[in-house]
Amino acid sequence: MSEPSSTDTSLDTPPSEEGLLESLEHMDAAERAEHDAAVSASVAPERDFSVAKGETLLAVDGLTVRFGGLTALDDVSFDVRRGEILGLIGPNGAGKTTCFNIMTGVYRPTSGDILLEGRSLARMKRYKIIQTGVARTFQNIRLFGAMTALENVVVGTDARHRTSVPGALLRLPRHRREEREAVEKAMALLEFVGIADRAADKATALPYGYQRRLEIARALATEPKLLCLDEPAAGFSASEKDALSELILKIRDDGYTVVIVEHDMRVVLGVTDRLVVLDFGRKIADGIPDEVRRDPAVVAAYLGGDLDEESAP
Amino acid sequence: MRERMAGVSHWWNAKSRPAQWGYMVPVVLFLLALPVLNPPIITTEPYTDFPISLFNAAVFALIAIGLNVVIGQAGLLDLGYVGFFAIGAYTAALLSSPDSELGVRYPWLVIVPIAMVVTMVSGVILGTPTLRLRGDYLAIVTLGFGEIVRLLADNVDPLRGNRGFQNIARPGGDFPDGTPIFSQTDALGFYWLAVMIIVIVLLFMGNLERSRVGRAWIAVREDEDAAELSGVPTYRFKIWAFAIGAAVGGLSGTLFAAQVGYVNNQRFDITTSTLYLAAVVLGGQGNKVGVILGAFLVSYIPDRFQFEPTYRFLIFGVALIVLMIFRPQGLLGMRQHLLANGRQAYQKLFGAGAAVAPSGLTPSSKARGDLPETVPDDHAGTSPRGGGE
Ligand SMILES: Nc1ncnc2c1ncn2[C@@H]1O[C@H](COP(=O)(O)OP(=O)(O)OP(=O)(O)O)[C@@H](O)[C@H]1O
Ligand SMILES: [Mg+2]
Repeated sequence: MSEPSSTDTSLDTPPSEEGLLESLEHMDAAERAEHDAAVSASVAPERDFSVAKGETLLAVDGLTVRFGGLTALDDVSFDVRRGEILGLIGPNGAGKTTCFNIMTGVYRPTSGDILLEGRSLARMKRYKIIQTGVARTFQNIRLFGAMTALENVVVGTDARHRTSVPGALLRLPRHRREEREAVEKAMALLEFVGIADRAADKATALPYGYQRRLEIARALATEPKLLCLDEPAAGFSASEKDALSELILKIRDDGYTVVIVEHDMRVVLGVTDRLVVLDFGRKIADGIPDEVRRDPAVVAAYLGGDLDEESAP
Repeated sequence: MRERMAGVSHWWNAKSRPAQWGYMVPVVLFLLALPVLNPPIITTEPYTDFPISLFNAAVFALIAIGLNVVIGQAGLLDLGYVGFFAIGAYTAALLSSPDSELGVRYPWLVIVPIAMVVTMVSGVILGTPTLRLRGDYLAIVTLGFGEIVRLLADNVDPLRGNRGFQNIARPGGDFPDGTPIFSQTDALGFYWLAVMIIVIVLLFMGNLERSRVGRAWIAVREDEDAAELSGVPTYRFKIWAFAIGAAVGGLSGTLFAAQVGYVNNQRFDITTSTLYLAAVVLGGQGNKVGVILGAFLVSYIPDRFQFEPTYRFLIFGVALIVLMIFRPQGLLGMRQHLLANGRQAYQKLFGAGAAVAPSGLTPSSKARGDLPETVPDDHAGTSPRGGGE
């Protein structure tokens, strides 16, 4: 008898990659531009913001988080402005992921608050926080392994769906419309992040870089106002990092606001508009990258050197 | 052999859903004709009346389909599912038996929706507190639920314990020759009814699976925290899984009670729950056809080979162990289609005839690294350990 684990994923004929790729190749420049514009348009959702571009979208206000005796975040305050890419950096264990965990409701702050457009997220249910407009990726990839890439992204679009269980049971018109739109949107997102050629593959069967991009697509599918990326370039080669930086800039240009946690300084300095630096749970610097790099406290925290572009692996 | 199966499933997946149902028609017709054909070798006679054996297998299959929603799709280990079957059967008894203190004699067709609502509500009542728990705790609480239902049947006077209820309502109607279609002695009509009910339930389950509901269930099963942090109201959809699973369990309870015509406290113990679970695991959790096959085997094999009841569990135990060693995903592996128009989408992408989503069992992801092993419960509104309070 066959050993169990290898059974299915590889069984069915792998989908030929020709369809989409070829159709893209055979487009002339004008068609191509039109196609890209259409993808972009369906990736960038229409949302009602109550704050203008450049104003405070997310306010982190005196945030303190304690785990027993350990203070993971200590009275941290900073703002994220609408339309910017903010880098949240710091040495290992500085509290960056904890900050994301508070922003998405995984933990509740010991004291302090986080406000999205003035609404407190500190006591909101997790899925409500997502619906309010914060989406994230994970430092360690957490996809739905038994789903295809496309299905993973459609789960993200469901955050905006209003079909009820009876509506799905009876296939009522709203359900059918939402399903149709969700698949189109999810396809556009997969194309946007550059992995549409593997849309039909199980998430676990995707190469590592694809999985990271798929997480971004799934997060974008929830139509967030704020996108939080936790070490999106971890484990990437130099060229993959460049491609990722490009993608992050493209996401911003589509009207998203991004907070990125990343150790790779080339990526950080390449995309961020501002930096917030944490060390042992405390904020030690906040400002535009060029200033922050020279800040003595930051240099000390990184034991010199590390912040240089050249030293990045 | 494996390539062959892959070929079959590939061929099958390339068909449109209406075409698949088209192919199902002869299969269903064959199943309906089976008790009339009474083929040698396959038949369970002379040990067990063949139509009755088939009817019992069909009820078992219906139960497995309902339990599969809870265990196979949403990944919630429910060890007390027999409780819902019992509630369905007792609802039918109380609403139609002359022994019932309620003193009503509703027809079966009226009883069915009432019983489904009653079991659904009991599913919600069981789920509301317990679905905040995860994993092992849930299994233990549901095990307790099954036992509570059984103990109520034993000890609450109006439920008549061992004496039970006679003359439970059955659907009406006569064959042209004047004999009733639905009778206790000839299970043919009941078997046909059960098969039709299974077809209808499968149709609805397919609709749910290919919607945000099915996706939410699978997402919860794969990684509950990631699901919630992707905007899935996990708690609400877990309750729906319980409620829908319960309703199907209740439906099978009424079907069973109507055929036997008699309900007492003898049939609703933990071993029965275990057999349900065995059917789902054996056939392949998360695969509707698989669990039907599993249920059929668990119900049919003892009838066919007529071995000692005591050996029954021994044999299934051994079979399950062997299966878990060589094919832990069950006879048919997990398989799901989660998009209402996924076929068109994949075909548009990869051209007609291209494979639709490959499917299969993948180890579900575990909590790792950046998220705590268990995310503190949202609904409890906890703050970090030691903090705040
Ligand atoms: N659930 C928890 N219980 C106890 N301590 C925790 C918990 N989560 C995080 N911590 C601690 O809080 C501190 C901050 O952790 P965090 O994961 O936020 O760091 P980070 O800045 O993301 O680091 P890295 O760059 O390594 O990802 C660490 O000392 C960590 O051990
Ligand atoms: Mg981290």
